[in-house]
Amino acid sequence: MATWFPKNISTYGADIDAMFWLIFYIVGVGFIISEAVILYAIFRHRKRDGRRAAFLNGEKMSEFAWVLVPTAIVFVLDLGIDFAGSSAWHKVKGEAPPTDIHVIVTGKQFNWNFTYPGPDAKFGTDDDLTIENELHVPINKPVRLVIKSDDVIHSFFVPTLRLKQDAVPGREIPAWFEATATGEYEIACAELCGYGHYTMRGFLFVHSSEDYANWLAERWPTS
Amino acid sequence: MSSIATAERYHQPHAASVFRAGKMGIWWFLASEIMVFGGLIGSYLLFRWASAGAWSEMAHHVNIVIGSINTFVLLTSSLTMVMAHAAIEDENRGRARLYLGLTVLLGMMFMGFKAFEYAGEIAQGFTPLAGTFWSFYYLMTGLHGLHVLVGIIANFALWVMAVRGNLWPNVHQRVEYSGLYWHFVDVVWIFLFPLLYLSY
Amino acid sequence: MTAHAASEIMHEEKLSFWRKYVFSVDHKVIGKQYLFLSLFMALVGGALAYLLRWQIAWPETAVPGAGWIPEPTAFGGIIPPEFYNAIVTMHGTIMVFFVAMPLLLGALGNFLLPLMLGARDMAFPRLNMMSFWTIFLASLVLLSSFFVPQGAAAAGWTGYAPLSADATYSGVQWGQTLWILALALEFTSFLMGGINFLTTTITMRAPGMSMFRLPIMVWMQIIAAIVFMLSVGPLIAGAVMLLVDQTAGTGFFMPQRGGDPLLWQHLFWFFGHPEVYVVLLPGIGAILEIMPVFARKPIFGYRPIVYSTIVAAALSFIVWAHHMFISGMNFKLVMPFSITTILISVPFTIIVLAMIATLWKGALRFPSPMLFAVGTLAVFIIGGITGIFLGSAPADIFLHDTSFVVAHFHYTLFSSVIFGGFAGLYFWYPKMFGRMLNETLGKIHFWFTLIFFNLVFTPMFLVGLGGQMRRIYNPTQYDFLKPQQPINEFITIAAIILFLGQIPFIINFFWSMFKGRVAENNPWQANTLEWSAPSPPPHGNFLTAPAVYRGPYVYSAPEMQEDWAPQNQPA
Ligand code: HEA
Ligand code: HEA
Ligand code: CUA
Ligand SMILES: [Cu+2]
Repeated sequence: MATWFPKNISTYGADIDAMFWLIFYIVGVGFIISEAVILYAIFRHRKRDGRRAAFLNGEKMSEFAWVLVPTAIVFVLDLGIDFAGSSAWHKVKGEAPPTDIHVIVTGKQFNWNFTYPGPDAKFGTDDDLTIENELHVPINKPVRLVIKSDDVIHSFFVPTLRLKQDAVPGREIPAWFEATATGEYEIACAELCGYGHYTMRGFLFVHSSEDYANWLAERWPTS
Repeated sequence: MSSIATAERYHQPHAASVFRAGKMGIWWFLASEIMVFGGLIGSYLLFRWASAGAWSEMAHHVNIVIGSINTFVLLTSSLTMVMAHAAIEDENRGRARLYLGLTVLLGMMFMGFKAFEYAGEIAQGFTPLAGTFWSFYYLMTGLHGLHVLVGIIANFALWVMAVRGNLWPNVHQRVEYSGLYWHFVDVVWIFLFPLLYLSY
Repeated sequence: MTAHAASEIMHEEKLSFWRKYVFSVDHKVIGKQYLFLSLFMALVGGALAYLLRWQIAWPETAVPGAGWIPEPTAFGGIIPPEFYNAIVTMHGTIMVFFVAMPLLLGALGNFLLPLMLGARDMAFPRLNMMSFWTIFLASLVLLSSFFVPQGAAAAGWTGYAPLSADATYSGVQWGQTLWILALALEFTSFLMGGINFLTTTITMRAPGMSMFRLPIMVWMQIIAAIVFMLSVGPLIAGAVMLLVDQTAGTGFFMPQRGGDPLLWQHLFWFFGHPEVYVVLLPGIGAILEIMPVFARKPIFGYRPIVYSTIVAAALSFIVWAHHMFISGMNFKLVMPFSITTILISVPFTIIVLAMIATLWKGALRFPSPMLFAVGTLAVFIIGGITGIFLGSAPADIFLHDTSFVVAHFHYTLFSSVIFGGFAGLYFWYPKMFGRMLNETLGKIHFWFTLIFFNLVFTPMFLVGLGGQMRRIYNPTQYDFLKPQQPINEFITIAAIILFLGQIPFIINFFWSMFKGRVAENNPWQANTLEWSAPSPPPHGNFLTAPAVYRGPYVYSAPEMQEDWAPQNQPA
């Protein structure tokens, strides 16, 4: 099943996948034990002549302990999942590492627009550049995004980065990632946003540092 | 087994004698109504906190005088409702008719003032589309007004029955149910009034 | 009371056809009306599932059997994206609000509550009748929205604003408004129903029926009713706001007019999460009634189950934001919600383990009600544990809005609503219609449903892990999803067989109603009061007013000869 996830190319993707596997093993054990007991009972405790059902109503503590002890274990495991989850969550959605690469992502029916601040590193100036459906970033460098929407709610989803963040009109939502492998990857929209929801596809280009410099030079030739 | 022995013990029904079904029903109904207004008020508060300045500016334009008068009117009507109920319990038909009638009149007064107030605000351009505060204002007072209207109709029906004399002996507890509802409508207003009129 | 009931029965003969079968105030007739409504709507919802599954597997090809749908809704059986969104929306809305609730609360709840309590009817019979006709009207409103210009609502069953709030975004004006109206009516209907359930349980129990002698189904029904009542209010307020946003041009959820789209999500999920327990608890209640009967054992831990349910119900009010982890809400508030969500597995572990322990060392028999009951339990566990993945905020970043979520909630909803609902139907059918269902057809139905249900929804977890989004008209648009397309096709084929697997039930249901073996009063030798009434019970239910002498699950008690002891059998 490990292969079912899309390839991971972000620094925090492994933390998210690890969370999944941690839970997978914990609940997997719970699943196997509980289903196994059910199956055992189905086959071994069928009605047979001369045998009467045991009168167990769980009112004695010694009986009910069979429920309470596993429940206590589940409780402790739950807390474990919560703790592990908390640190992963803050890593992904918390404060982004410092960086000089900033991009504004704007969802609109049915495109992703990526706005670069240009050489002056400021948004809202003449050298801003907006590209449709293409996000270009260098490898191994944190990238900070501000996610916005022009109309309805979209969700910026890059499966390989394990990055998903809703784009909500009226809000500017920060996000970040750091890609660890070059290549071309798909960007999707994960929130129903109208009849063109399924066409809201974009591309993430992760360049080597040199390629990225070249790309920048191509886009802003004067500087 | 001892658990069986306990289980065999015969329990008297504590049911019917303690609670009357009708009253119980009204209480459950009011509980769900509280959640409707609670959701509305909660949403309103969230917006208020989020948009500190702009809203209190808008809230300045509501008519506090009429709002206060209406608060007084509605509180008084709760009082007359209580009196009507008391009169019913005493089987004093004349007073029951009087107080039920008064309650209806006060309710209609409230609606009249409210309509006048709406008219004034709309004339100044503060329509439901004039901003989120006004949308909330009209929605909350409007929904409350609808409830007042329902209460007026219910009390009016009871008044007609009282006049005709067929409120007794079978259905006079309806006055109590209607009263519970009417007090609820009043209490909602007690929340709306400071939130909409006094909180800028 | 006895005399009264008898006179009521004589009176019954004189009722006109309309008063007896259509505008009846008898809780049993009303329960059956709910039943027929929900089964009809299940067919509609199932047909919609067929359409959407076909589209996912073989995108933009003509759906066999859908050629009659006129343009511009579909084109010779080819579904356009607008219609796909409408199909998904209506499938979800119908299944949750017009199948799950009317089946589990409307039909089973209405039919069973007074019988189990030993009452002659609901506390407010006319209110009961009104609640049915209100949901009937709601269904008409909802179904009619398929036929208005621009078609039915298409913003998902969650109706997220602003997509749902302005027709310029969704292209759907009337459909979206009718959707809101239908929901508002449905909510009203179940508020009326809830008032009835609660009042009846509190005031109309038979002598001796203390709260802890209530059959657990009654507990589940009233806890569900309370949860519904306390959670739906804010959404009613939200629905009004959405309605005026759509029609009058206010901006409660429209940022450019000063509103906030996330407010809708909070209002929806404050209701939405408790709602999933509203449609879970009666299903759990049904199988908890069935298991002791066919295990000949008391429920293991009756009180702990009741307490756990109350705890879970209370917790359900503080977990709603787990549907909104990545919605852009304050990211520091996410972990608290994640923690409460995962902790809700604690009361559920108690409930599930108690159910398993109820089977343990029983004298198990497996007629069709029991098959479905154990099936419910086995399937629900998968639904429950996959909820833990989603409840963990970091894992949910990837899983949110993928097929993984879809698989999770079908495992939970399908188990309680369809498996649990079928378990209940097979079990109480003799009481409802006075005849037995056919066992062979029942077993065929069970195995088809169990096997093909799992074949539909287990692969869906995988597809979700592969990253496939929900509500996607054509997954093959994305290169990274193309390799999974064979699985999608497999799922669809299994889904078609699952749907066809319901035919034995439909046949059984109607055939047995007229030709089935006549049922005794108590064909399963069960303890609860409904089995002491005639099958089917007359208007007024009991020939003699029952009194209760013991709890509902005294099976195989060591000091007794028999392995059961009806609640109304004097000690
Ligand atoms: C009957 C319906 C039902 C039920 C019972 C549940 C039960 C649970 N659900 Fe589910 N859920 C839905 C219906 C339901 N859900 C629906 C319809 C949606 C999607 C809505 C939409 O977006 O359209 C959804 C979505 C949903 C999400 C949002 C996903 C997303 O959109 O990103 C989450 C996240 O936390 C979640 C969590 C849970 C949890 C933790 C439980 C828990 O209650 C489960 C508890 C049960 C158990 C844990 C099993 C018993 C325990 C054992 C067998 C012991 C072993 C266990 C361990 C070791 C932990 N659900
Ligand atoms: C109780 C709830 C319920 C049930 C039972 C089902 C049943 C099914 N669902 Fe559905 N589903 C939802 C609730 C439910 N669903 C919800 C809430 C959504 C989310 C919507 C949204 O995203 O907005 C959803 C979405 C959803 C999707 C995701 C669509 C997308 O995101 O693009 C898919 C895809 O495969 C799907 C498939 C199916 C299938 C194949 C079935 C099959 O199991 C269907 C099998 C058929 C039946 C069970 C009906 C049988 C008929 C009878 C038994 C009647 C008998 C009649 C008489 C006797 C007269 N459903
Ligand atoms: Cu944008 Cu879906
Ligand atoms: Cu939930």
